[in-house]
Amino acid sequence: METERKQEKKEKIPRQAMPEQDPARRIKNFDEVPLGYSPETAVKEARRCIQCKKPGCIAGCPVEVQIPKFIREIAAGDFLAAARTLKETNSLPAVCGRVCPQEDQCEKECVLGKKGEPVAIGRLERFAADYERARGEVSVPPVAPPNGKRVAVIGAGPSGLTIAGDLAKLGYEVTVFEALHKAGGVLIYGIPEFRLPKAIVEAEVAYLEKLGVKIVLNTVIGRLKTVDDLFAEGFHAVYVAVGAGAPVFMNIPGENLSGIYSANEYLTRSNLMKAYRFPEYDTPIIRGRNVAVVGGGNVAMDAVRTALRLGAQNAYIIYRRSEKEMPARIEEVHHAREEGVKFLLLTNPVEYLGDDGGWVRGVRCIRMELGEPDASGRRSPIPVPGSEFVIDVDTVVVAVGTMANPIVPATTPGLETNRRGYIVTLDEWGRTTRENVYAGGDIVTGSATVILAMGAGRKAAAAIHKKLGS
Amino acid sequence: MSPNYVITQKQNLSETVVRMEIRAPEIAKRRRAGQFVVLKIDEKGERIPLTIVDSDAEAGTITIIFQVVGKTTARMAEEMGVGDAFEVVQGPLGRPTEIENFGRVVCVGGGVGVGVIYPITKALKEAGNEVVSIIGARTKDLVILEDEMAAVSDRLIVCTDDGSYGFHGFVSVVLEDLIASGERIDRVFAIGPVPMMKVVAEVTRPAGIPTIVSLNPIMVDATGMCGACRVSVGGRTRFACVDGPEFDGHEVDFDLLTKRLRMYCEQEAEAYERHRCGWHGN
Ligand SMILES: Cc1cc2nc3c(=O)[nH]c(=O)nc-3n(C[C@H](O)[C@H](O)[C@H](O)COP(=O)(O)OP(=O)(O)OC[C@H]3O[C@@H](n4cnc5c(N)ncnc54)[C@H](O)[C@@H]3O)c2cc1C
Ligand code: FES
Repeated sequence: METERKQEKKEKIPRQAMPEQDPARRIKNFDEVPLGYSPETAVKEARRCIQCKKPGCIAGCPVEVQIPKFIREIAAGDFLAAARTLKETNSLPAVCGRVCPQEDQCEKECVLGKKGEPVAIGRLERFAADYERARGEVSVPPVAPPNGKRVAVIGAGPSGLTIAGDLAKLGYEVTVFEALHKAGGVLIYGIPEFRLPKAIVEAEVAYLEKLGVKIVLNTVIGRLKTVDDLFAEGFHAVYVAVGAGAPVFMNIPGENLSGIYSANEYLTRSNLMKAYRFPEYDTPIIRGRNVAVVGGGNVAMDAVRTALRLGAQNAYIIYRRSEKEMPARIEEVHHAREEGVKFLLLTNPVEYLGDDGGWVRGVRCIRMELGEPDASGRRSPIPVPGSEFVIDVDTVVVAVGTMANPIVPATTPGLETNRRGYIVTLDEWGRTTRENVYAGGDIVTGSATVILAMGAGRKAAAAIHKKLGS
Repeated sequence: MSPNYVITQKQNLSETVVRMEIRAPEIAKRRRAGQFVVLKIDEKGERIPLTIVDSDAEAGTITIIFQVVGKTTARMAEEMGVGDAFEVVQGPLGRPTEIENFGRVVCVGGGVGVGVIYPITKALKEAGNEVVSIIGARTKDLVILEDEMAAVSDRLIVCTDDGSYGFHGFVSVVLEDLIASGERIDRVFAIGPVPMMKVVAEVTRPAGIPTIVSLNPIMVDATGMCGACRVSVGGRTRFACVDGPEFDGHEVDFDLLTKRLRMYCEQEAEAYERHRCGWHGN
C-alpha cells in the first residue's frame, strides 16, 4: 500500500540525537546540557514524521498542539511558521520543548514508536521556538481592543502566565500579582539554568508585557491585599495560580541540623538568588563535598545535579523504591548517571547525625524492599529490619514533595479547599466555590507538570471569557 | 514592574544603628505591629528580613531600623541615602502581634531589638495595657529610641551592660527584680539578641508568666516556600516567616536557632570581612 511504502522509506532515518555538553565538562558549569538541533538536523528529524491522518500525538498533548502541522513546516524549512503554529495552542513552547515529559505524552503516542523510535517532537518544538527567539522575530499577535474587563491573576508561574497571555489577547486588562521579585514561578526559582536557561523565561515574560499584561512583583496576596480587596479594587475575576510551593520534610530526628535544606530552598538559593555565583551575588549556599538528596523526582534530580556543579565529590540520590518507580523523567535520571551521581535505591533515611556545632555529618539509612502495590499503583516500600547503615554527608537536600501554601485559601472566605489544602474546582474550567474566582495549576492538582498548569490556565481563560466577554 | 521603593529619610541612631524611611504606600497602609518586610538592594543583592518599626499611611512610608552586621546592612548604611531605591521591599510579612488588653505587660528590648519591640509596645499601650518597658544596650551610645519608648510606656527602665547609662546590668536582671518584688505581670514581650531572649524566658518560666519572643532566623522567600527559617517550638518544626515571627518563649529551642544562625558565617566573612554572626538582621 502507498502509505506503508512511504512509512518504510521514512523510518530509515534514525531519530536524530541531541548534541550535548560532555558530562565531565558540564558538571563544572551551569550552562544548558542539551545544545539544540541545527536547522539541518531539525529538518532531517522532521522528515521522519509520516503525517498520520489520525495523529495520536495531538491527543497525547494536554494542550493539543497541532504537532503534524508544525513538524511539516519544519520539514519544509519554514521555521517561523512552525513557531507560530506552536504558539496557537502553547504559549511557552521554548519551555515545554525542554521540560515536558514527552515520553509520557505526545511521543508515547507516536506511531513510529510502536516499532522503532518516536519522532523527537519535544526537540523539534524547542528548535522552532529557539529559532524564532534567536532571530528576534517574535511576533506579537493582534490584540483585541480593550473590552473594559479587568482580571487579576495571582502567581506568575506557567499557569498564571498562560491565562494572562490568553486574556490579554482577548482584550482584557490583566494584572499578575507575584510574591517573589521575578516572574516565572518554578521555571525561575526551581528548575536550574542547565535545564532551562532563565533568559528563555525572561523572554516569555517580556512577550506578555508586550501584549499589555501588567506584572506586579513583590506582592503576596493574602498579606498585602486579599482576594476580596482585588474585587473591591474593581477586578471582575480572579485566577488563583499560586502553585504547590510549601516544602515537605520527613519529620525524622536531626532534620533541622545546619546543612540540611529543602529542595525549594537549595534550588531557590542557586537559581533565583544565583548563589552558584557567590560572592559575585550576595546570597550564599553551602558547597558540600558529600551531598545526599532524598527523593526520586525531577526536583531531586535537579538538586543533585546542582550539588555536583557546586563542587560535590560524592552526590547521592537516596530513594526508597527502585529505579522503575522513580517519578523523574528518564532523561533526567540518565543525565544524572552520566554526571556521576550515585543512586542509593531501596534506601530511606531514618535519622541525621550532627556534630557539636549543629552541622549534619551523617545520615542513617535503612534498606527497603517492595511490597504490595499501594493506592497509586506503585509497590510500597517496607523497611528491612536490621539493615541500617550510615553514610558521611555534609549537606542534605530533602526533595520528597511539596504541599499547598495556605496563604491565599486562608484569607479568602468561601474558597473551599480539600483535605490536603488544595483548592477545590467545580469543573474542568477551573471554577471554584467562590463566584468569579477561578483556580488552576499545582494549587488545584498538587505538584504536577508545566504543561498541565498551562492547560488549566488556558481553560480558565476560556471560561472567564465565556462569563465576562461581550 | 514594581513600585519605586525610595529612601525618603535616613538617620544614624548610633555608630552602627541606622533608621530609614522608605516609600512603600501599600505596605504602610496594611502593616500591623509585629510584621516585617524583606528587602533586596539590587539585582545581585540578597533578601533580608527587617521588622517594620513604624509607618505613615498618609506619607506612604515605612520605617526600618537596622544594625550593620553584614554586607547588605553595611551597604545600606554606607552606600545608600535619601533618593536611592531598593529593588525589593516585600511585605507586610509574618503574623501580626496578638494585641489585646492583657492588663500589665512588660516589654523588654535589647540592642537593635528595641526597634522591633517599639511598634508592639505602642500597640499594647493603645490597646489599654499598663506598659512597663525595659530596654538595654551594651553602652550608652548604643541605646536607641529612648524617647519613643518613653512616650508609649507608663514606666521605662534603661540599662547598659557597662553601666555608662541607667541601670548597670542586663535587662533580664531588672525583670527578675520586678518579678521578685511581687508586681503583677500578665505578659512579657522580649525581643533582642538570642541569648537575651533565652535568659528572659528562663526568668519568667518559674513565675509562669506568658512570654512572647520574636525570632530572627535566616530567611529567603519569607512566604513559607523554602523552610530556611525553620525553628523548633514545643518540639515541632515551625516556619518563622509564616507561623511567626513571634512564638511562646517557653517553648522555643534557642540553641537550635543560635546554631542555624551561624550557618553562613564562613561565607559571610568571605563576602565581607565583617561577621554578622550571632545577631542576624532585624
Ligand atoms: C525543581 C522542579 C523541577 C520541575 N521539573 C519539571 C519538569 O521537568 N517538567 C514539568 O513539566 N514539570 C516540572 N516541575 C513541575 C512544574 O514546575 C509545576 O508543575 C508548575 O510550575 C506548576 O505551575 P503553577 O503555575 O501552577 O505554579 P508555580 O510554578 O509554582 O507558580 C506559582 C507562583 O505563584 C507565586 N505565589 C505563591 N503564593 C502567592 C501569593 N500568595 N501571592 C502572589 N503570588 C504567589 C509563587 O511565587 C510562584 O511564582 C518541576 C518542579 C520543580 C519544583
Ligand atoms: S523564609 Fe522561606 S519559608 Fe520562611
